[in-house]
Amino acid sequence: MRVLVCVKRVPLTGGRMVLTENAQAIETRHLGFTISPHEECGVEEAVRIVEAHGGESVVLTLGPKEAEEQLRDAMALGMDRAIHLVTDGEEWDPQATASAIVDAIREDESANGPFDLVFFGNESADGGNYQVGIRVAYSLGRPVATGLKGVTFEGGNVRCEQEVAGGRDVYVLPRPAVVGVLEGLNLPRYPSVPAKLRAQRKPVESRTPSRPESRLEKVRLVVPEGQGKEAVILGHGPEAAPAVVEVLQQIGVA
Amino acid sequence: MVIVYIEEAGELAQQALAFAHELGEPLHALAAGGAPAVAGVETIHVAEDDVFASHAPAAIAQALVELVERLAPTAVVAAGTERGNEVLAHAAARLDVPFSANCVAATAGDPMHVTRVRWGGSLLEDARLHGSPKLLTVQPHAVPAAENTGDEPETEAFAPTLSEGDRLVRVVERVAAADGGISLADAKVVVSAGRGAGSPEGFGIIEELAGLLGGAVGCSRAVTMAGWRPHTDQVGQTGTKIAPEIYIACGISGATQHMAGCKGAKALLAINTDADAPILASADYAVIGDLHEVVPAVSAELRKARGD
Repeated sequence: MRVLVCVKRVPLTGGRMVLTENAQAIETRHLGFTISPHEECGVEEAVRIVEAHGGESVVLTLGPKEAEEQLRDAMALGMDRAIHLVTDGEEWDPQATASAIVDAIREDESANGPFDLVFFGNESADGGNYQVGIRVAYSLGRPVATGLKGVTFEGGNVRCEQEVAGGRDVYVLPRPAVVGVLEGLNLPRYPSVPAKLRAQRKPVESRTPSRPESRLEKVRLVVPEGQGKEAVILGHGPEAAPAVVEVLQQIGVA
Repeated sequence: MVIVYIEEAGELAQQALAFAHELGEPLHALAAGGAPAVAGVETIHVAEDDVFASHAPAAIAQALVELVERLAPTAVVAAGTERGNEVLAHAAARLDVPFSANCVAATAGDPMHVTRVRWGGSLLEDARLHGSPKLLTVQPHAVPAAENTGDEPETEAFAPTLSEGDRLVRVVERVAAADGGISLADAKVVVSAGRGAGSPEGFGIIEELAGLLGGAVGCSRAVTMAGWRPHTDQVGQTGTKIAPEIYIACGISGATQHMAGCKGAKALLAINTDADAPILASADYAVIGDLHEVVPAVSAELRKARGD
């Protein structure tokens, strides 16, 4: 079984968004980095699939050279090797991102055979474009299901489950296939110290694709205006309880 | 002309129609399987095929592509729901055009100027959308809904030409959920806590208060990642988006990940030891104090008020 997971390096945002002076990005001087939460579950699922069925798990990212940190993190969780499409730090639009990923997949598959399953996060935490995985699936001529909280192998197929009001909707796709997954698919493990050390020695293949013109072209980022709220302080400690109940009664829920 | 893809009639469809109307061109609609009850468009094009008996994103996208080729619209708009975004992404891949998801504003032109949300609404992006037609979805609850009044639109049925591949990705089964009580998304009251609850057992006082108010229990992402609560309880950008009459957030600092999930709350009460916690900037009411003391006191006070 060969499984690929595509991930994106994003800042670990705290309580307030602060932008760089040119409003092109979040100011990250004081922030750590991670991958999108949905993708963490994709990594965990890929590791579990290879643990259960054997084969190889590969993690891919398109991002600046610093994104190697996220590839190492994924390998510390059990991914076998990594492909890094190195950018100069400029953001790529979804079409350009998909096209570079397709080229990398084709190249890897021509040497190693097809990936049975390619995982994407349903949408990235930062861009939220909801489309890279679907575009990659179309370019490769493979079926794609998205918004998934269940991915299980059934013979030559993959059973995909979506949470909907009142239950779960099920899709059954033949492999090879592409899936877009959501957080809640599983509970990702934490890496062990030996696994982190092993990850430092796992192979990272890098390539430097060139960025095409953006067709969804970012002009600037804007921090939305706050609601300008000033919280009414109902009190301090347990003595505030009567004031809280009064508010609940006013709203009509007590 | 602008085509609006209607997944189902309702509030979000009316918001998408209002957004599309602002582009200043005649509106047509596409629906799959049957005509939704929407007004304010000239024609509803209804794609007919047995595959549309359940959700089939690739087939809907193919129907949309056929309609685009026949009618040559300047833009295609849909509600920015999970399935609205999915169908437009499929169509964008088929047409090889850009797609701007979850917009809050757009100005007609080429390129089209759009404002879209990032980080689940914690940031906005001004962007230029190239290509033809322009494909975009509308961020839910970001624009007012159009009234569903006006002349009854004409209905035109058509049978799109679907390949085996187009029919492949479709819902083949619906597994009913076990009745899990009040769902977080629909609850009128949500009481939640973060890591400050201290342990899985620490949620006992949260469950008690939620129970007294007929509400649901929520939690932060840190809590689900620690394995204390199931992911179905998580409020946030990658959890459930809630819209209760009041959201009682206990020991939750107000990280953007969490706040993206509770923007829909009509009122927010924060219970926090830190008077400078970011959540207070979004709160209507606050109690400064330890949730372990304040929450049981509120439960006791509620019982007293009810004469229990």
